[in-house]
Parts: sequence; C-alpha cells; structure tokens
Amino acid sequence: MPHTLAEKILLAHCDAEDVSPGEIVMVRCDVVMTNDISGPMAFRAMEKMGATKVFDPAKVVVVPDHFIPAKDTRSAELQKLLREWSEAQGVAYYEQGRGGIEHTVLVEEGWVVPGSVIAGGDSHTCTYGALGAFGTGLGSTDIAACLAAGTFWQAVPGTILVEFTGEKARFVTGKDLILAVIAEIGVAGGTNMALEFVGPGAEALSIDERLAVANMAVEAGSETGFFPADDVVAEYLNGRSERPWAAERSDPDADFAGTVRVDLDALPPLVALPHSPGNVVPLADAAGRKIDQVYIGNCSNGTMTDLRQAAEMLRGRTVHARTRAIIVPASQRVYREALAEGLLDLFVEAGALVSMPTCGACFGGSGGVLAPGENAITTTNRNFRGRMGSSEAGVHLANAWVAAAAAVAGEIVDPAELAGAA
Amino acid sequence: MSLQGRAIVIAQDDVDTDVLYPGAYLNITDVAQMTQYLFEGLDPSLRDELGGDTALVVGSNFGAGSSREHVPQAMAASGIRFLVGKSFARIFYRNCINLGLPAVISPEAVDAVLPGSTVRLDLDASTVAVDGGTFPMMSVPAFMREMFAVGGLVPWVRGQLDDIDATTRVG
Repeated sequence: MPHTLAEKILLAHCDAEDVSPGEIVMVRCDVVMTNDISGPMAFRAMEKMGATKVFDPAKVVVVPDHFIPAKDTRSAELQKLLREWSEAQGVAYYEQGRGGIEHTVLVEEGWVVPGSVIAGGDSHTCTYGALGAFGTGLGSTDIAACLAAGTFWQAVPGTILVEFTGEKARFVTGKDLILAVIAEIGVAGGTNMALEFVGPGAEALSIDERLAVANMAVEAGSETGFFPADDVVAEYLNGRSERPWAAERSDPDADFAGTVRVDLDALPPLVALPHSPGNVVPLADAAGRKIDQVYIGNCSNGTMTDLRQAAEMLRGRTVHARTRAIIVPASQRVYREALAEGLLDLFVEAGALVSMPTCGACFGGSGGVLAPGENAITTTNRNFRGRMGSSEAGVHLANAWVAAAAAVAGEIVDPAELAGAA
Repeated sequence: MSLQGRAIVIAQDDVDTDVLYPGAYLNITDVAQMTQYLFEGLDPSLRDELGGDTALVVGSNFGAGSSREHVPQAMAASGIRFLVGKSFARIFYRNCINLGLPAVISPEAVDAVLPGSTVRLDLDASTVAVDGGTFPMMSVPAFMREMFAVGGLVPWVRGQLDDIDATTRVG
C-alpha cells in the first residue's frame, strides 16, 4: 500500500500494522526537547504522572533559550530549575554561552536526522523538517508524557504536497517561499496536515533556507512540514551526526490531501503585514512604511545565510537615524562564525546592536520589545498583535535582505534599490 | 458525561495564544497567577465575566500559534469547563485534551450562542444544547473520550506506568 512520507515515519515509530490519516497512534520519540518555558511545567506534570526518571536520558535534550540571559529573578529561578533537573536526570543540557536558540542548536549539534521523530516543547519544533525529520511542537503535559514514557499521541496527518518550481530571484529567500505558501493556503490551511516541500525549487535551497521554510509550517496550522532528505542533507550531516538514517520519500501514488504549487520565477520578496503571518503582500505594496526597529534573528532566520545577507546591505552604510537595528545570531556557533567573518564588527560599525543568541524580543520576552505606536520589521515567524511587546505596535515579517535594507532606509524599501544605488 | 456552563463568546477567527496569554508572562508557573493574565492581549475585561461554570464559545482556528500551556491551564483554573468552537488550532487543542478540558467542534452551536447563553455539552449523545436548541457536534474519537473520562494525560500516563510496573513485577 502506498504511503506518504509522514505515514512512513509514523509507521516506523508506532506499533500499528498500518496507518491512515485521522487514526490516533502512540508515537515513539527519538529525541525529546524542552526549554525554560515548557520545561518547568513539564517536570511538574511528569512528577504527577508518578515518573521520577526520564524514559531514556540519552534521548532528552534541554536548552534554556527564551528568557536568557535571565531578565528577572523569576526567569532566573526557572533556569536554575532547568539546570538542576538536567543534571539530576543526566540528560544533555546546553548551558547559556554554549548553545543558543534550541532549534538551531539541535540541528547544528547533530540531534536531527531524516526520518526521526522529535517532540519539542515549542511550537517551532517543525523546524527539523529542514532535514527531513518529523518535528512536532507540543505543550508541557505532552512533553511530560514524552519524558516519562517516550511517547505522544498523534492523529496521523494528511499530506499537502508543496511544489516549488522555477528559480528564485536574487533578493528572494526561503522566508518568501513559506510566506507564499501561508498566503496561499491560509493560517489554518494546514490543520491536520503535514506539508511536504518538493520540486526543483525546494531541492535548490540550502539547509539554512530550508530551516526558514520548515520553521513556519506551524504558521499555516500544520502538524509539521518537511523536505525529503537529499544530498544537501547528507552533506550537512556528514561528520555532524552519527545517528543512522535513510533517505525516504512519499510514494508517488500515495494519497495526498492536496497540492500547492509556487512558481519561484514569479515570486517577489514578500512582507507579512501586522497582525498575522497570513497577511502577506508583495514587498512593493509595503514599501514606504516607516520603521522604528529592525530585528534580524530567531529560529527561522538567524543563520549565517541571513547574517551575510544583512551584512551585504549594511556594508559601508549606516542604520537610519530614526531606526534601531538588533542583530541576534541564532546560536553560539553562528555568533563565532559571524565574528570570524567580520560581520559583527560590520554591524556595530553600521550602528546596529549585536545581541547574544536568545529568543529575546521575538516573543516579547526581553531585549527589544516595542512601545505603543512603533513599527518593526523582523525576520521572525510571528507578528500577532502584541507578540513583540505593546499590542499597539506593528510587526512586519520579511527576509533578512528586506529587513536590513529597511534599517538603512528607515522605511520598508526594495533591497534592489539600495544595491543599485551602491 | 455532560457539562454545563454560562457562555463567554469570543467570536473572531484565528485568535492566537499570544493575545490569550502574552509572552511577557510565560515565566509564571503558578496557575493561580496565570489566571490574572488570561485574555490580557485580547480583552482583559473578559476576565470579569469569569466565575462559576463557564462555556467558552469561539470561532475558527482558535488558539493558533505558540504551544504555551498557560492558556488552557489558566482557563481551567478560571472555571472554564469546556470549549465549543468552529475549529481549533492543533497544539492548543492537544493541550486542552491533555488537561481533560473538552474542546468540541459545533459550528451550528457557536452560531446559536449569545453571551450569557446556557450551554450544555453531552459527550455521550454528541450534542451541544444552547438555551432551547440542540445541535450536533463533530464526533470525538474514543481515545479522547477516555482522556476526558480519566481527567487528562497525567492520570492516563500514570495508569499506563502503573500497568507497566505491575507487568514487570509479575514477570
């Protein structure tokens, strides 16, 4: 019987003889991840379940990243709890200064391989689909069950094939591809579905760009989203992960719930206007909007690829007088690499702030929250009302070229204009 | 199993968990404290309507976005006994089920509700009664019914782990 890739992965991780969409199965986790927000609540629920030890310490990883460095004593207490719990349980723990944003860290450190199932106490766990994994975001009680028993319940999702054709233009990135998909199917269009990203336009993407695409699958309401593994993934994992994996794809005659095609030849840079990731317009329609803050970072677009794009825009230029620019490398590795390449110096020279890796202001935690009436353009994944601070502020989502160009111009502008003016 | 509550209505679609419980308060782990920030980014005055058994009646794709379990935890602690919606976003829906907080889909019932309506959920009959009328709801899988019956994922997993312990001892 033909199967989708989502069905194949779940079938390999449950006791069912066969699976089809809608059936509820208990899925075995290869990795369970939690952080300083979902963790403490999960640990409490795990205790109430009567479990004193995690199901397998080698499969659990803890990354403090949301309120780091601790913004107040309450956050510090949570981080202390996380540290002590991790030590007592003997699980992997990435201390502040040795990790970064959880999803970036797990990918960089080789926890993620194609076909694996990763349960994470964060909605952007779907990021691991960049490497062909079934990463799924769960709440604290779900995570508690994963920690205690190594399994979570899952209704087998249908699959929407997302086919990227053509070649993207110079200032178009993975960010624009996923914004185009969300615009097409809507913020609830992926409900009960996995998104499978295929086609020549998908295969041509680097790992960094695939991370950006998979990361925002949840913004379409999807269970997860992934790229079938290929040579690009194999090369990335070579020397990075010892975990066994095999490249699998959906059977061509599998039963897909739908197909979405995005023609990259016709795709301009896009901007999601406040207050929804589905409120997507071509960049030209957003041009001219005054910007108070630019934020380049987060688990979708805080990679070297993004920082290099931002640097190209900021090289030899300065951040506009009315604008603040905050650059947040997604991990310590990214930070050091950017440092070695001279990018951080370039940002500082241009008048930008360079932050340590953190989830920071992306979710309104700390390090750049917005005042009423302010407008930001960010490379983050959510622009819900109040997401970055005041509910009277507006957040625009865009790629790093566009965000950095806005830092220079003080308003949303086509990066091609800036490049042309150089 | 049936539950009854007075309706609070959040009519708009795509209500995200950021407005239901803003990120700034995610470092709170005490549930009683969480209740002080429920609906903070949407309409804090909704909190004044809480108290007593409440049915939260919502539109489509309710609970989009973040996995923060603070939202349904604060809801349950505020007297919300169940939710009736046109549809729910995935992780929020899971979190409700896991806490033993029924979230059911009945667009007809949602359209019939007015603020203050008496709403009665009958899980066995698969109906939602609103004031005088009775409406069908999307069927709830057996697994979830079991979850509601035992009170959520915590007692459910505790039962499973006890069974494993018992088997191990016998073996």
